[in-house]
Amino acid sequence: MLRPRTTRRPIRWHIVVFLAPAVLIYTAIMIIPLFGTLNLSLFTRGEGNTREFVGLANFVTLFTDPRWSSAFWNATWNNLWFFIVHMLVQNPIGIALAAILSSPRLRFAAFYRSAIFIPAILSFVIVGFVWRLILSPLWGVAPNMMDAIGIGDWFSPWLGQESSALTTLALISVWQFVGIPMMLIYAALLSIPDEVLEAAEMDGITGASQFWKIKLPLILPTIGIVSILTFVGNFNAFDLIYVVQGALAGPNYSTDILGSLLFRTFFGFQLQLGDPHMGATVATVMFFIILAGVSLYLFGIQTRMRRYQF
Amino acid sequence: MSARANILRSSAAHAILIAYTILALYPVFLIVINSMKSRRAIFNEPLALPTRETFDLVGFHTVLEQGNFLLYFQNSLIVTLASLFLVLLFGAMAAFALAEYRFRGNLLMGLYLALGIMIPIRLGTVAILEIMVAANLVNTLTSLVLVYTAQGLPLAVFILAEFMRQVSDDLKNAARIDGLSEYRIFFTIALPLVRPALATVAVFTMIPIWNDLWFPLILAPSDATKTLTLGSQIFLGQYVTNWNAVLAALTLAIFPVVVLYLIFSRQLIRGITRGAVK
Repeated sequence: MLRPRTTRRPIRWHIVVFLAPAVLIYTAIMIIPLFGTLNLSLFTRGEGNTREFVGLANFVTLFTDPRWSSAFWNATWNNLWFFIVHMLVQNPIGIALAAILSSPRLRFAAFYRSAIFIPAILSFVIVGFVWRLILSPLWGVAPNMMDAIGIGDWFSPWLGQESSALTTLALISVWQFVGIPMMLIYAALLSIPDEVLEAAEMDGITGASQFWKIKLPLILPTIGIVSILTFVGNFNAFDLIYVVQGALAGPNYSTDILGSLLFRTFFGFQLQLGDPHMGATVATVMFFIILAGVSLYLFGIQTRMRRYQF
Repeated sequence: MSARANILRSSAAHAILIAYTILALYPVFLIVINSMKSRRAIFNEPLALPTRETFDLVGFHTVLEQGNFLLYFQNSLIVTLASLFLVLLFGAMAAFALAEYRFRGNLLMGLYLALGIMIPIRLGTVAILEIMVAANLVNTLTSLVLVYTAQGLPLAVFILAEFMRQVSDDLKNAARIDGLSEYRIFFTIALPLVRPALATVAVFTMIPIWNDLWFPLILAPSDATKTLTLGSQIFLGQYVTNWNAVLAALTLAIFPVVVLYLIFSRQLIRGITRGAVK
């Protein structure tokens, strides 16, 4: 469709009207405060209550000063593992469930879909407490149930052990959010026109091979969106850790991720005072990690994906 | 494909889906049934349904006597619905502008708005608090609505623009030839056609708003403006050793969300299955 461009066109006010409310609210409440925070990371508290410009000194402290760097790198690697678990467990399960749900003439599909999505609508407060209770050795629900199917010996207080706490939390988060990739991919699968699938059937491509050869390539853009949403969500995560393990991200910081590190740095905990400037520094680093991931997606992956117009 | 293979395939599909549904719902179910049992029964037979001997609502009594849950629920509802409305309306308008018109800076504007998908709005909390103090909006629901609208807009614009691009050009051009204004085209053609996407965006926008703990704690912690999530977090923290009360509070917190979801999900499913996006 060609729209000839004229150079002396009057201002098209409807474009301004359509964009203005969103842009104004977004700029005032999100962008300006964000840059305020980034700016804060370049300062430190000087004599009295003044702000003193220190350039990138806060970042040098965070990366190299042993008081900060061990906590920072610990949180970064933990966060990466948290993300990897989601990519390896949550998204494949989400795709598989969506694929099964979208098979034609499946009965009760609406029921399954609604039921599986329910954990995603519960707050971290609820999910965190529910799993804290269930995995609690004090209550004994999890060991009892595992006994019933003969694997009782495998139980251990996973949330209390350094080696397993982080993975357990990641799996709780997967349990909670698997419905989101499922819904997005399910919607994408439904939007594939019947003609395409019928043509595939005429060529003898059905069942699993139809999924791999026809449907999967068509939903790749959606899988891309799901992946980047997972990345961003995981690198902002905080609430679940806070509700289940507290601000100290125990045991012994083994579940500390960047969000909980930011919280402790920013607002302080126990005997340590809150430091807005170091907090802003952590926030800035998080910002750049996320920026890097999103840029990689936007410029490296999304532009290379083929889109199909039906 | 033979009929027998068909039956096998469909029973395998049902088996997987049933297993996953149980995995998704059983933990919630467990909390709900135990909230109605006596303390002894909670520990002795956690997996059993409440019987006549073990039935006990003492937890709910504690919650209802101590908490102000009806008011908290009302606050959550107002904040969520108001933000949702603004996000959907303003988000769809901006998405339409980006998808429909060529103008200088279109791509740049799209990227600018998309920036907010990756930025946790929490990173700007201190500056947001300063703004709200200056505007005298601390401890009002308005402050929460403003923050959540800003938080929800980027993703809404991003998803809706994808769908707006798929709305047929012929349809819009036909309307233009018939003399419809751009506003009418947006409200009467584009918006109804992306309704399934709107439903999806609504669910994804609504959930984090309803469940947020952070901003209610910082911007509106007063008793009159507490949201349900903040109220239950504080309650759970205070009553952590009172298992009856904790289980009852969790059940009360789960209930309205699930009801709200069932209302909206019917819309969502209707929207998706109509397949107007095609």
